[in-house]
Amino acid sequence: MSMLDVIRQAKESGDFGRFLTAIPYFAFLGLAIEETPEGPVCILPADERFIGNPRLPALHGGVVGALLESAAVVQLVWQSEAVHIPKTINLSVDYLRSARPVRTFARGIVTKHGRRVANVRVEAWQDDPARPVAAAKAHFLLG
Amino acid sequence: MSRKPVAFDPHMIELMVHQGIPHCRELGVRVVEVGAARTVLMLPFQERLIGNPEFGILAGGAVTTLVDTVCGMAVQVALGKLLPIATLDLRIDYLRPSEPRQDVHAMAECYKLTRQIAFVRSTAWNEDEAKPIANCVATFMIGSSDKAVLPPAAEQEAGRAVKGARPR
Repeated sequence: MSMLDVIRQAKESGDFGRFLTAIPYFAFLGLAIEETPEGPVCILPADERFIGNPRLPALHGGVVGALLESAAVVQLVWQSEAVHIPKTINLSVDYLRSARPVRTFARGIVTKHGRRVANVRVEAWQDDPARPVAAAKAHFLLG
Repeated sequence: MSRKPVAFDPHMIELMVHQGIPHCRELGVRVVEVGAARTVLMLPFQERLIGNPEFGILAGGAVTTLVDTVCGMAVQVALGKLLPIATLDLRIDYLRPSEPRQDVHAMAECYKLTRQIAFVRSTAWNEDEAKPIANCVATFMIGSSDKAVLPPAAEQEAGRAVKGARPR
């Protein structure tokens, strides 16, 4: 099945599990999606393989960045007409707090959806959405 | 850079990447070059890191991880010792997709170091450094915790490495 079919099917069924497993890196991260009234939330499971600093311990900043970027992609695919995976143009991550190696959540908000480019803001949190561990903004090329 | 280049045993960076950072060990990140001017790491291509299965292209997140790591290592080299550091922010431009099924290299230089903050720039490429796939700037907080940087076993090995290192 092509990516186009996977995305179309995911949107029709509202089940993005298939979309997540179709992308090897999302499967490697073990990403899951939970639907909420505010939109899809990406969930990164607790896993010792994702640790960047074992003495704190803390998640690797790259993994946190990857979660934010993934949540932005998921949000875009979820709410737009896109049938291709949006291409990341750039990503700017602010690391706000040390991210412990526990289950981490991320949700994106599409700030601007143009014809060719979309701007997405994303936040990641652990226990409390009001205390984000990281925030990012990203641009994506669509289609 | 106004600071004098400091003597730094490249072995410390290898210890850090291979033993001190579990996620880099998981990804099999390799140390290619450690110098006062720049540090280079390499992420071997792996199927499980593909972000676009239509073209077999590595995920941006995997490139971000490599770039974040090499930036951090460039800070350690500039400091001349392993200190706890934390990424404050990181901005990455994806200039072109990574070539299908190819390894990624990333180079970073710490171009300004203050007592508390390190400023770093980095680029990533596949085979030809003149054709970068990503460009990045990042800042790091120095001395972000009072915990040791390496796991205890590696700490001991690092102690031996430092004793054995020749002054430059």
